[in-house]
Amino acid sequence: MMELLQTIEQTGQGLLGPLWLPLWTLIKIVVVVAPIMGSVAYLTLAERKILGFMQVRPGPNRVGYWGLLQPLADGIKLLLKEIIIPSSSNKFLFISAPVLALAPALAAWAVVPFGDGMQVSNLNAGLLYILAMTSLGVYGIIIAGWASNSKYAFLGALRSAAQIVSYELAMGFALVSVLLVAQSMNLGDIVRGQQGNYGLFGWYFIPLFPVFVVYFIAGVAETNRAPFDLAEDEATIVAGFHTEYSGMGFALFFLAEYANMILIAALASVMFLGGWLNPFHGWPVLGGLTDWVPGLLWMLGKMSVMLFLFLWFRATFPRYRYDQLMRLGWKVFIPLTLVWVVVIAAWMQTPFWLW
Amino acid sequence: MKKIVSFFKSFLLLELLKGMSVTGRYFFAPHITVQYPDEKTPQGFRFRGLHAQRRYENGEERCIGCKLCEAVCPALAIHIEVAEREDGTRRTTRYDIDLMKCIFCGFCEESCPVDAIVETRIYEYHGEKRGDLYYTKPMLLAVGDKYEEQIAKDRAADAKYR
Repeated sequence: MMELLQTIEQTGQGLLGPLWLPLWTLIKIVVVVAPIMGSVAYLTLAERKILGFMQVRPGPNRVGYWGLLQPLADGIKLLLKEIIIPSSSNKFLFISAPVLALAPALAAWAVVPFGDGMQVSNLNAGLLYILAMTSLGVYGIIIAGWASNSKYAFLGALRSAAQIVSYELAMGFALVSVLLVAQSMNLGDIVRGQQGNYGLFGWYFIPLFPVFVVYFIAGVAETNRAPFDLAEDEATIVAGFHTEYSGMGFALFFLAEYANMILIAALASVMFLGGWLNPFHGWPVLGGLTDWVPGLLWMLGKMSVMLFLFLWFRATFPRYRYDQLMRLGWKVFIPLTLVWVVVIAAWMQTPFWLW
Repeated sequence: MKKIVSFFKSFLLLELLKGMSVTGRYFFAPHITVQYPDEKTPQGFRFRGLHAQRRYENGEERCIGCKLCEAVCPALAIHIEVAEREDGTRRTTRYDIDLMKCIFCGFCEESCPVDAIVETRIYEYHGEKRGDLYYTKPMLLAVGDKYEEQIAKDRAADAKYR
């Protein structure tokens, strides 16, 4: 795999010279973004199926075999729908908000390694870049809420802004402890730091277990997913920040939310679950049996498990009240992660540190 | 001590895991959905659906215009007008049921001394314009004629419980 990529790169370099780099980057971007869009579409189907199964019903099963063409039908429906622009809205911002929500959600994928060296850009400050990009997503939501000139959208935007900013702190601290352990901000190096002869016991989720849990819950809150979906709480504020959106505008918010979910799942697997590494590597029998599986598959498998958890949460937990949400973020997660950063820093200085 | 226990309980997310185990169990449970147009739920012989008027085997209509059903109808959905027929018997000249008013309680069927007005198992019917669901005497008789076999079978099945 790697040799193939290298030969492609070398021949391309020879053929096109300086033009090769932009072209190659574009190709890489398409190769990353197209599957993400596809998996976003099928994640919606998976969500409806899994929710259905957990509620003892089959979920969508009319469009195509087992409902497999449902995302296509939904997409076509949304594409063909009229985009209604409220007369009292700020039209420029109203139209640009969905783009602002989707662009950072996709941009963050640039540094996610799907396998050893399989990433669009091998950035040394990858972790910082991810933090920056995921924080930018909140602008799309605030602008959407403000530009709609609707009270529900406005309330939803305010809620979501406060929530994302609060949980970003806990998430940031969680990432700080990963950074401490890995001693690198390059996502590829973070995964390589988890390599070893003990398989999944070498991964960071073991010493960082509380941080891992906090990171994942904060990730659920960051993406405005149930049980933290107060920004689109249909019981109190209709649909929150995207109340006034229809057609493709709404679809872009939908895409952004699901792309963010997949991103959180990818980051959780990169930082805590060993990214593309084989969980059984170095084990007596299983290690030999599973070492042939390509890293990409392990990575996708880990992401799928994380995404299943997202949907499982949604099927299980009732929505938080807003003050409880803020209490959890500020009074539980931030102190917990702060304490664990100190614990880890001290632990790493002792001979009991094995990672 | 209690405080410490509850502290650890909430930090270990025990309650959340319990909840997730419930939904996780149901994930593998067999579905109970009935795929309606393809499958239908079983019906009992006392099912109360669309109304019908019955006839005797010789073709004579059963209804004698006693108006008991009109009197008992809680939704005031039945309207009856009665006159004497040429042969001197008492017959209805009008027997209307407004299905938009009807609540399908079955009282009309219950009150009828000659089993003339009955409710059938039919529930898949519709009206396309206003008034389509206002059933008049010929319409009710037509329903009865069409489904007499099933209606008689259901009455017979119910007879031993009366």
